Amino acid sequence: MASHEHGETGHDAHSLLPRSSSLVIMLVVFTLLSLLILFAIISGGSYETEGEEGGKAAYGPADFPQIAWDIPPVPPPPAGDIAAFTLPPPPFSDPDLFPCSGCHADMEPDRTPRALTDFHEEIQLHHGPADRWCFDCHDPDDRDHLRLTNGTKIGFDESYRLCGQCHGTIYRDWRQGIHGRRRGFWNGPKSYLLCAHCHDPHAAVRGPRAAAPQGAAPVPAS
Amino acid sequence: MTSHRHPDDPHGGEESCGGLDRREFLRQTGLVTMAGVAALSCGCTPAFIEDLLRTRFTRLSPRKLDAVLRGLEADYATRYGRAVSVKATPALDGVEFGYGLDLSRCIGCRRCVYACVHENNQSRDPQIQWIQVLSMDRQRGISLEHADHYYDPQQVPEADRFYIPIACQQCRNPSCVRACPVKATWQEPDGIVVIDYDWCIGCRCCMAACPYGARHFNWAEPAIPTAELNPDTHYLGNRPRPKGVVEKCTFCIHHTREGRYPACVEICPVGARKFGNLLDEESEIRYLMREKQVFVLKEELNTRPRFYYFYAT
Repeated sequence: MASHEHGETGHDAHSLLPRSSSLVIMLVVFTLLSLLILFAIISGGSYETEGEEGGKAAYGPADFPQIAWDIPPVPPPPAGDIAAFTLPPPPFSDPDLFPCSGCHADMEPDRTPRALTDFHEEIQLHHGPADRWCFDCHDPDDRDHLRLTNGTKIGFDESYRLCGQCHGTIYRDWRQGIHGRRRGFWNGPKSYLLCAHCHDPHAAVRGPRAAAPQGAAPVPAS
Repeated sequence: MTSHRHPDDPHGGEESCGGLDRREFLRQTGLVTMAGVAALSCGCTPAFIEDLLRTRFTRLSPRKLDAVLRGLEADYATRYGRAVSVKATPALDGVEFGYGLDLSRCIGCRRCVYACVHENNQSRDPQIQWIQVLSMDRQRGISLEHADHYYDPQQVPEADRFYIPIACQQCRNPSCVRACPVKATWQEPDGIVVIDYDWCIGCRCCMAACPYGARHFNWAEPAIPTAELNPDTHYLGNRPRPKGVVEKCTFCIHHTREGRYPACVEICPVGARKFGNLLDEESEIRYLMREKQVFVLKEELNTRPRFYYFYAT
């Protein structure tokens, strides 16, 4: 009998199953947790926020008619010539404006540095040292050409040679296609731009420009 | 279990099942199955069955591939009411594409973002944009944690900000490819990481694996206005996607495999984007890698991107 009693107490002390009271407690806790989770799930819908209009609008390219998205493609390579480059005409190639000799032919060049007041008064030179002026780059005797510092006359379609006199590293990058915009074929003919297509030579630093708007934000932008 | 078997019954318990023996049961089951298959086949179009039995893109024979492409074209023609061409131009020999982006030039105007949407038929609503432009503080430098992707000024660049456009980096060691459980995304011989939208199961493991956030999921049926649809498409690139698949930048695979520049390179108003063949020493990309200080994003992750950022000045 003594050994049996010992067995009983031993069983109680080392029981793998909890007593009935513990079972009840566990059941209560489990039920409460389940209810809590169920409640959270059911009420979860009410926490969804309606997004504001700001930052949620989905824009497409059609929303920006001012930007030309359909740029005409550079024509495919002429047979065999993969090194072909094309170039849009220099700025102000309009027949009303060019050749410059149309107006300047019968005018005596005035070689005194001065601010222009009669014509071309919109040209304010903000480029380089203060004593730079028109005839450092334009040829006084031939207005249809530009002039390098060594006196060589070049056409307006070669103006990069003039710019390259000072901006040597940029000129080098531009020739390799690293500076400036190129279009066309990475392994074939390209269309490139002159410096003057992007930079006004008389005031070369560009100001800010319009930005396309942000994309649709996943959360209301605050 | 054996207690119900009658000692005199030679077929055991099988007879008790509606009076059928095994042979008869199998025969009838077979007939029913075949009838079902036949009925299903009659109800399905041949294209549907072809689609069910299709193998993965890389293993398609030229004839099958052509059938798949023509099938897609017919699909898109009915859906959009206009002719759409789907091609599968293979990679060019001796070409590995690389991309350069000049951070000293980028002004954050987001023209590349919308040119990409336009070119690659991304969903307008819900909106998907493959290129994300991050605005960063000049004082802080490149810090992805402090970058703002939702900047919205009237004019750019803003004072004291600079911009980093990020799209797929076309990694040489792409973690997204390894994450895909069904091999629906892989690296092509020219280095472009592509997705087979017909093979993608939409699990988005690749999106979790991509450290650049370059992959985007079609949560809903993509909405593209018919008039704005770009009809020049590539199977692995800009063809209209179904709902529930992942998509990302493919370096404009439909353009670049034909020698053209990607759309973002062509539109960039400041010429900050450069593109070329990494295996050609004379290419623009090789020149800038040689002459400029280039860096890649998250170099420490050893993804080895083919997308190089640099400062030209």
